[in-house]
Parts: sequence; C-alpha cells; structure tokens
Amino acid sequence: MEEGGGGLATEKEIWEKRHFRGGKNAERQETFRTDSDLSIARVYTPSDLEGMDYAEDLGFPGEYPYTRGIRPNMYRGRFWTMRQYAGFGTAEETNSRFKYLLAQGQTGLSVAFDLVTQIGYDSDDPLAEGEVGKVGVAIDSLADMEVLFAGIPLDKVSTSMTINAPAAVLLAMYVAVAEKRGIGPEKLVGTIQNDILKEYMARGTYIFPPAPSMRLITDVFQYCAQNLPNWNTISISGYHIREAGATAVQEVAFTLADGIAYVQAAIDSGLKVDDFAPRLSFFFGAHADFFEEIAKFRAARRIWAKIMRERFGAVDAKSLMLRFHTQTAGSTLTAQQPEVNTVRVAFQALSAILGGTQSLHTNAWDEALALPTESSALLALRTQQVIAHELGVADSVDPLAGSYLLEKLTNDLEEEVWRKLDKIDELGGAVRAIELGFQQKEIQASAYRYQMEIEQGKKVVVGVNKFAGEETPPQGLWRTDPQVETDQKEKLALLKKGRSAAVVKAHLEQLQRAAAGEENLMPYLMAAVRDYVTLGEICGVLREVFGSYEKDSFVRG
Amino acid sequence: MEDQRRIRVLIGKVGLDGHDRGAKVIAQALRDAGMEVIYTGLRQTPAQIVEAALQEDVQAIGISILSGAHKHLLPKITELLAAEGAEDIPVIAGGVIPYEDRDFLEKSGIRRIFSPGTVTAEIVRFVQQLARQG
Repeated sequence: MEEGGGGLATEKEIWEKRHFRGGKNAERQETFRTDSDLSIARVYTPSDLEGMDYAEDLGFPGEYPYTRGIRPNMYRGRFWTMRQYAGFGTAEETNSRFKYLLAQGQTGLSVAFDLVTQIGYDSDDPLAEGEVGKVGVAIDSLADMEVLFAGIPLDKVSTSMTINAPAAVLLAMYVAVAEKRGIGPEKLVGTIQNDILKEYMARGTYIFPPAPSMRLITDVFQYCAQNLPNWNTISISGYHIREAGATAVQEVAFTLADGIAYVQAAIDSGLKVDDFAPRLSFFFGAHADFFEEIAKFRAARRIWAKIMRERFGAVDAKSLMLRFHTQTAGSTLTAQQPEVNTVRVAFQALSAILGGTQSLHTNAWDEALALPTESSALLALRTQQVIAHELGVADSVDPLAGSYLLEKLTNDLEEEVWRKLDKIDELGGAVRAIELGFQQKEIQASAYRYQMEIEQGKKVVVGVNKFAGEETPPQGLWRTDPQVETDQKEKLALLKKGRSAAVVKAHLEQLQRAAAGEENLMPYLMAAVRDYVTLGEICGVLREVFGSYEKDSFVRG
Repeated sequence: MEDQRRIRVLIGKVGLDGHDRGAKVIAQALRDAGMEVIYTGLRQTPAQIVEAALQEDVQAIGISILSGAHKHLLPKITELLAAEGAEDIPVIAGGVIPYEDRDFLEKSGIRRIFSPGTVTAEIVRFVQQLARQG
C-alpha cells in the first residue's frame, strides 16, 4: 500500500478530465458525504492510502492494532453471539420468552429491565405508577431474579443485563441466584452495562451524581477482578449516544472518551490496568450508512488499542482488544410501512458482521410502534441466522480489508475521532465535558441537523419522505397486560411481609455506613440481596448517602 | 403589543422515560419558529408539568413519551389542569404511542397525538393554530 503514489494520482486526474469535463457523465449530487459528513470520492485508488503501512495500521487478525478483528480466526471459529434484548411484564413472562428464544437458536441472553428497576425504585413506589413491566421486566428483589432465570443453566448461557445506575445491585442478585443453585461466581459469563456516563449524556437512567457513580463502577471492577473472572464488568456504550442523534464519529469519540474516564478512575482507585482492562467491553449501534459503519467498527478497535498501549501502558493483549456488542439502530426504524424495517435491520446487521462484532441484537420490524411480539422477535433472530449460515460472509476474516474505500474511510474516521478525543481532553476529560454539556450539545445539534435533512429531502427515508403511501395501522402489536403492575405490587407486599424487619434494617444500616466510607460496596450488596432486601430499599439508602443527580431541568429559550 | 408576544410552549418529559431526542428536536424547531419554549428536562410528574405550565403561563403543552406509560400519565395531566381551572391550555403528545390508544387519549382531553415520522413544520403549524384559538 506504500506503492502507487504520485503517478496514480496524476493518472486519476487525467481520467477525471477525460470522463467528467464539460458536464459529461453527470452525477446525482454535487457532493457525496457520509452520515458523519465525511467526503466520499467518486472512486478510490491506492493513492488514497499513501503512507499506510499494512503491518502497522492493519496487521493480522488477533494482533495489534486489531483493526482486522480481535481473534485470529474470527467467525471461522464460532459465529458471533446472537443475543436478542428481551424483557417485559413479570419475571415469569420474560423467563418464558428467554426459553423460547434459546429454543429457536439464540446463543445468549440479554435482559431488558423496566424503567422502575433501572432507576432503582420498587414497583410499589408512587413514581412507578404506570411504568411497571412496560419497557422491560420488573425486578424488585432476588425473588424476581430467581424466577427470571428459572430453568436456565447459568453456567452455560451468557447473560447481558442492561442496567446502569444500580448495576452493582443487579449483579449481586445474579451472583446470588447462581450461588443458590450451587454455581460459583467464577463460572458466570456475561455483562452488565454499568456505564453511567452515557446515561448523563444520552440515555437518562441515572440516579446518583458522577463521583459516587464512578465509585460504584470501580467497586464492580475490583470485585469482579477477584471473584468473576469471566464477567464483562462494563459495556461502554455508544449505542445510546448514537440513538440520541450523534454521528458515527461522535459515537466512537464520546464512547472511547468515556472508556478513558473509566480506566483512569479505576487506576486512581488503586487497580492495575491489566487487572481490570481485559474485562472492559463496548457496545455500538449499526446504522444505515453501510461502509461508514464498517469503517467505524474497525477504526474504534485500532484507536482503543493505541489508547490502552500508549496512554495507559497496558501490556496484556486482552487489555488492548476492543470487544463489542452491536445493536441495529432503533432510531432508523419507521412507523410508516413498518415491514420495510426488516430490510433495514438486515443490512445494518450485515455491517456489524463485516465490522467484526462479538455479539449482535437485531431489532424487530415493529419496534417503532411497540415492544416486539414473539413472531417479530423470531424474524429478527432468523435474520442473523441467514447472515451466518447462508451468505458466506463469515468464512474469511475481515473480508473487506484492502478495499481502497473502506481503508480510506477507516483512516478518515480515526482522524476525526482523535480530534474529538483531544477536544474532550482539553475540556478536562469526559466527566467534566458532560458537566459542561459539551457532548449533549453536540449530540443535540446532530439530531436536529439529521431531522432537518429529512424534512428538506436531502436525506431520504423510504416510506417517510419518499415513496410514502396510505398507512393502515398494523394489527396484533405487543401490549403489556396492565394487570402486571397490580400483580407485581402484590408479590412485593407478600415478600416484604415474609421477611424479618430487623434483618432488613441491619443490612441497610451496614450498607449506609459502608457507603459513607470508602470500602468496596459489593460484599454489602451481596449480603443484603441474599436476604431479599429490595432494589428500592438499597437504592433508597444510597440516595440518602450519595444524593441524586439533577441536570438539564427547565431550559428556557 | 400584547397580541404580538411570542407564543409560549412547555415541552415536557413525563414519567421515568429517558428518551429526549424527540423532545429536544421539537423544542428547537418551535424556537426556530419564533416561539418561547420551556423544556422541563427528564422525569417530571404530571403535577410538576401542570405547575410549570401555570407558572410559565404557556399557551400549549407538548409531552413526549416513549415509555408505554402514556395511558396512565397523559390523562393525569389533563385532569390536573382541569382541577386548576386551566383546561383551556391544550395538551399535545408524541412518542411511541400505539394507534389504538389514540381514541382513549383524545377522549381524555389530549388534543393531538403525533406519530414518529411527523415533520416538525406540521407540529409548528398546529401549535400556532392552538395559540391563535386560545
């Protein structure tokens, strides 16, 4: 790739003059740009990759800088984990959806919790009214977790849990469920999202202010380093940042900046980088701009490897590897002609595979309207299975490497991401930049620009601003049974009645003291959940000690 | 100059829902159309929404909700407005709201439900129309 410089560039100019001068071969647009506003050339040649060094910039799969993938054999060894995000209603209902998905060939679980759980309340809290079991499963205590995972072999299936502010509590419950079945924590494989910074920035399910939140996160890092060697202690997430409106460049930059903040916080708390960094994982979205998305995944791997080696001095190869989950982009799904979403999802999923993802969730066609039904969830899973088994795209590692366009886009993306990372460093790091509203403003501006481009017809969304037609509302969408809330509250009341008030009180007092001090909170959380102290009770105590995060309220203008 | 004053609108997020992309885009579009917009931020209760609407003396309330709790939370807002004698402040809503819930919500006093894919210009026009009527 070092070859073919100046001469070729001159030849390309001659070619352009020959074929495009004087309005010949007119084109659809004056310029072509990606979603991140990177310029797309008419045609790419080796001259676009001048100065690129194969060994240094790409290397072999499974080797630094991991541009081509984190494993030497990638999907020739085994396919990515097919992991559909699911959860609704009660633990019983979600448990049967899990079993259904596993029976259909899904290879890992991913739990969606309701907002009440995500924000650390019990189902009987006044703020929970109308929200119980709606966007995910309602979990109040270990009793619900036992039901959620009943009959599922926790030593064989990996489980991912989308839980952030109270992640440590839900992890404690998961470990306790396994423990009761005689499965040691060292056998558990899975992930907790545990990524608070993107909650402040984009997703909104924060509870505590940044400092105590970062402490809870590093407590989990430390506890897992000693007890759960196969657990991903965090899933540093760009997905929600992207869904909130960010471009691909912003998605990667803001996510990796969060990653830097977590690594620094852990080091500051006394951990050694190679003791916890191998268990960091990431999560990105897969959007519509096909090549830019593939380039994004490759660029993210290369940048992270450099950050970990050069900035943090990590030496363990596993510390340098950016392992990631991908979900197809919910925000690209349309309520109009919703069946077309199946096609969008398939292409987005393909970009994630060509970008070397470790696991994948494919959205269901009806998700702009409601939670997926059993049949739409099945079609989404089948989409992945078709890509894996029928297309042949998983048979060679990083098959698009060497494409002039893809390598150039990967380089361009990397450059733009470094620029934003520098900016965040200048502002004092990710946490400080969030406090200043830097990322939020950038995301909001991108979201607005995207919307305006659709409204001005600069960006086409099939079925929305072009090829639109009469809409007949789809039938048979998912509905959560309103009875769930009543049932869940009754279950909780019964549980609370059956416990020793003195035991609960003792746990909460111990937790309060520990939270006010500097000890690792995980052992206290483990002890409390084992005795069925509820999520709301635990978070209530932590709210008293840590305070609540309030931001962005009442903006006038 | 009383009739020349800018239209004042409250854009609110109610319940525990953290999705604010839509609310912020709409707030920006209304601002760009010359309105004065008060955005509540996340996690407001219906009572907080109503209190803010009265305090800020707005001519319309727009609620964004993607959490599925719309059948519970939206009617609470119109009820509380009525209890304050402020049922003349119109409430509109958008988000992930299934088609079959619209009748129920409109009967509870929600003036219009905008579905995903609505252009902001349509919402701007509707709010202008509401303000003229009010």
